[in-house]
Amino acid sequence: MTLWLAIVGMGAITLALRASFILLPAGLRLPALLRRALPFVPAAVLTALWAPELAFQKGVLSLSLHNERLAGGLVAVLVAWRWRLTFATIASGLIALHLFDWLL
Amino acid sequence: MVAGGIPPLEAMALSVVVYAGASMLAATQLLAGGAPLVVILVTALFINVRFMMYSASIRPHLAALPVRWRLAAGYLLADNAYALSVARFTEHPEMKGKAGYYFGAALTVWLTWQAAVAAGIALGAGLPAAWRLEFAAPLAFIALTVPLLRERAMVAAALAAAAAAVAGAGLPVRLGLATAALAGLAAGLLVGRRR
Repeated sequence: MTLWLAIVGMGAITLALRASFILLPAGLRLPALLRRALPFVPAAVLTALWAPELAFQKGVLSLSLHNERLAGGLVAVLVAWRWRLTFATIASGLIALHLFDWLL
Repeated sequence: MVAGGIPPLEAMALSVVVYAGASMLAATQLLAGGAPLVVILVTALFINVRFMMYSASIRPHLAALPVRWRLAAGYLLADNAYALSVARFTEHPEMKGKAGYYFGAALTVWLTWQAAVAAGIALGAGLPAAWRLEFAAPLAFIALTVPLLRERAMVAAALAAAAAAVAGAGLPVRLGLATAALAGLAAGLLVGRRR
């Protein structure tokens, strides 16, 4: 029973958060500070999602090239910066991950 | 999820009703540990509060749609759907058919996600763990985020968010994610104002 309540409750909370601003009337103007902050949402939130995935190695913080996740991720960042190609970014990151793991 | 003790039907319902991977994994761990309902719901709220920022961010591009379609757009607003669409809209601000692009991307992400969850429930862990393909997920987000960092203020927002997310990774109910998002917005505003 708790399980189904959790499913319905989590569903309601998640939908409310996602639909919140999209459902506001089209004519409504948001406060100026909020409007100036919005362009930074993708850079800030998406980076907050992936940065810890690189910095932690088996659950331990490791900011050296002995952390193959950080090394592979940085290779992917360089490839994405230079060429902006999704597939090349993912492929180079995965190859670098295995290469650094094997080398170090 | 099934490995965490959730039966197949409920696992699939969780995937379709909630449709948010990080909070589903957290809920699985909490349920297995016998946590009370309110803890599970508060955890989901903190993990998913970033969707509210996505909602505000993507609103100008979808504002012209009827309410019913905007509600559907909200339900489909997952990380990947948001990242794909906003990357496209940022590079082509005047593009036509933004709603079509959004729903095309978001439905593809939804179908792929649900198919993957169903396959995961039916098959268990399928691909060899030694390939470390789970690392493709953060790499895909790198591919979508890095091309957005063309101005100093954007770079500042990303760096501040990265530092705060790493520093706050140990906080309970994934508070580090929400804090990092706010740190990134503040850094972007500060650096953007100075110029």
